Amino acid sequence: MTLVDIKGLDVGYVRHRRVRPAVAGLDLTVEAGEVVAIVGESGSGKTTTANAIIGLLPPNGRITAGSAVVDGVETAGASERTLRRLRGSVVGLIPQDPMVGLNPTQRVGHQIAEAVRLRGITGAAVPAEVLRFLEQAGVPDPELRARQYPHELSGGLRQRALIAIALAGRPKLIIADEPTSALDVTVQKRILDHLGGLVREQGISLVIITHDLAVAADRADRIVVMRDGRLVEQGDPATIVSAPRESYTRRLTAATPRLAPRFDVRDQAVPEPILTLTEVSKTFAGNDLRRGARGFNALDKVSVTVPRGRTHALVGESGCGKTTTLRIALGLETATSGSVVLDGDEIVGRSWNQLRPLRRKAQLVHQDPFATLDPKFTVGQSITEPLVSFRIGNRRSRQERARELLDQVQLPTSYLDRLPTELSGGQRQRVAIARALALRPDLIMLDEPVSALDVLVQEQILQLLTDLQAALGLSYLFVSHDLAVVAEVAHTVSVMSHGKVVEHGPVAEVFTSPRSPWTRELIDAIPGRRVVDAA
Amino acid sequence: MARYVAGRVVQAVVVLWAAFTLTFAILYLLPSDPMELQLAAAGVQPDSLTPDQLAAMKHRFGLDQSMWAQYWQHLTGVLHGDFGTSLSQQVPVSDLITERIDGTLLLSVTAAVLSLIAGSALAYLATFARWNPLRVFLTRLPALGASFPQFFVALFLIQFFSFQLGWFPATGTEGARSLVMPVVTISVLASSVLAQVLVKSFDETLRQPYIATARAKGLSRSAVHLRHAFRNAALPAMTILGVLVGLTVTSSIVVETVFTREGVGKLAQEAVLSQDVPVVLAVVTVAAAMFVLVNLIVDLLYPLLDPRISHTRGRVRPAPEVVTST
Repeated sequence: MTLVDIKGLDVGYVRHRRVRPAVAGLDLTVEAGEVVAIVGESGSGKTTTANAIIGLLPPNGRITAGSAVVDGVETAGASERTLRRLRGSVVGLIPQDPMVGLNPTQRVGHQIAEAVRLRGITGAAVPAEVLRFLEQAGVPDPELRARQYPHELSGGLRQRALIAIALAGRPKLIIADEPTSALDVTVQKRILDHLGGLVREQGISLVIITHDLAVAADRADRIVVMRDGRLVEQGDPATIVSAPRESYTRRLTAATPRLAPRFDVRDQAVPEPILTLTEVSKTFAGNDLRRGARGFNALDKVSVTVPRGRTHALVGESGCGKTTTLRIALGLETATSGSVVLDGDEIVGRSWNQLRPLRRKAQLVHQDPFATLDPKFTVGQSITEPLVSFRIGNRRSRQERARELLDQVQLPTSYLDRLPTELSGGQRQRVAIARALALRPDLIMLDEPVSALDVLVQEQILQLLTDLQAALGLSYLFVSHDLAVVAEVAHTVSVMSHGKVVEHGPVAEVFTSPRSPWTRELIDAIPGRRVVDAA
Repeated sequence: MARYVAGRVVQAVVVLWAAFTLTFAILYLLPSDPMELQLAAAGVQPDSLTPDQLAAMKHRFGLDQSMWAQYWQHLTGVLHGDFGTSLSQQVPVSDLITERIDGTLLLSVTAAVLSLIAGSALAYLATFARWNPLRVFLTRLPALGASFPQFFVALFLIQFFSFQLGWFPATGTEGARSLVMPVVTISVLASSVLAQVLVKSFDETLRQPYIATARAKGLSRSAVHLRHAFRNAALPAMTILGVLVGLTVTSSIVVETVFTREGVGKLAQEAVLSQDVPVVLAVVTVAAAMFVLVNLIVDLLYPLLDPRISHTRGRVRPAPEVVTST
């Protein structure tokens, strides 16, 4: 039976009285019990398609042509009342980011109960149903979790609570919007495995919206590749991955990082270290509400060495202490004990003013390119700000340097006067890198620099980082949860878990013959088995 | 929780003390001699008194002491409920205040409650309306309300509802009907300010992903708006509740003057004109106390409305996903 039947669908967004097309001439079907993955970059129309199916287009979204029949009901031009009857009971949604997907001021159980009540269940039967769905979604200790508020749950548990909400409406189809983008790979793997099992058990269809071809290949019966609002090609995963017809699909496949270490430094001499952390420990005071416990031990005798001119990666799940390590290495956080030596200078125990000269040697690139640039600063102002701050050069020489830096990150110099809102995510990250380069540092700390970017853009940024390292002799401390990305850029790696370094060594060694179970689990969680096997 | 409450209470006391001290310092530094003002009020020419007589009088009112001594005297007095003696009326200031505070409290509290209801309702409707022209109109309305000066609103109401329609008395303190127009005057401004903040907060909240989650469940628009958006939107707006109550207190000065109502606002206005320092000091202290009290209540209400504040303490911490090593 065909559950979703989309024919010649055009969807556009009205802006300034003009309709900008987001989806054009789309034909798509989803059969009962089928798992379909819609793959595409941001702006490809994949989320718009999903929103059209569930009748949740934003107020300025319009279906301008074609039809989208869901469970026998035409949704194009349908009234809010008609669409509402589809939502929840026919189509369930698992939103993108579990951290913000739940109402923060309502208990989790209450939010699931709402969905249960919409099916006409009342009274004493409701709490029992709530617990049943929490259990189904794989939430341990459901009685406790139902009474808690979202902030008392970890990201993984919140994702499971959202799955429970989607299941509670007993839908025929569940749409999972970018289920891999916000959580750790290991957590996501467990949750997606669980969800996949559930939908197959109960005969629910599943539509996965993702930018990650690897995720799609692992889980879908059929992959639909979209670009610029159009369907590029579709087929079963094996065909899409191993024998794609379209060049765009081929590029996507090629850009998917696979766990093939790029650099092998096993037999090479180790250069002098530029940064050495020795037995660094960090204890946070007990007033952290989310962690609750007093005296939270964030780091336990962590030792990390970044060799000059090389890339050292810190990997691990969120909460393992990798960001804290990075912040201590930058001097933004003080270590409780241990030593941090940057280019021969001890930085632990230095005051802000004593630390300032050292900041020229080490710079930072953040994870989120959308939050890292001051929205009121032009690109030129952002790039020259470090120079102004250290009173280097005059107005003209700074402009000159800004042009040179844009050139280095492969952006046209005409971008100097642009504002961040006019740039794409990848372009913003290039600007952030240019800003980090402005003071000619020896070391750049990269905090998940590509995890917010699409696969193709991600590949370009990683290439840029590698090129810059070769040209300028930079050293990188690269923090990431994604081992496939690390394999692309890093020479050496430290695997962290629960505030400890559990394994370290050359990437080529650690990734091919991991000794620690934590490392093995991280490697197993990487999506894209089918891509790798097909290649 | 106890620490949170204690901290807020201490903070409130410090703010109150600072307000008192600052007011005292400003009034003390005024370039006028309170003794002369008092004599003028009593119809006595200062020149007709001998220096000895003057000194004796100054001594009687404690005006010959150092600034610190006077400050200390006032502070301890206030702590005992003694605000000194009015210079112009020669009666204890506390009597003046207690006589009039009922009227002003009634006015302020009624206006605050009305503003709260009207402001919330307006913001709710403005963000719930689906017909675009109505939505735009309702969204812009608060800006209009906030931009009319209060005396203008008051005069307009008097002209229309008293002189033309004769529904409400233009002046006076007697009866509930005399309260209507002053309350409306204050509420126009206060509810507009609240609605402006709330509309913005609503718009922000409605864009949150959990609203999409709620809609995807199949909830109706009104259920989403009321159960999921309202409470979350109200949280950031709560901070201005203190400001709002402060606004109704300051507004009472204008409103009581225009409508010639007996109250603390009018007393303050008269005291400033006659430079009656103890009265001004007392009025400011009482107003500050009200302001601080409301802010304290808001602070203490926060944890009840927002579970994220001091709720986790002593409870189960978020469990990390269990990692099973194989």
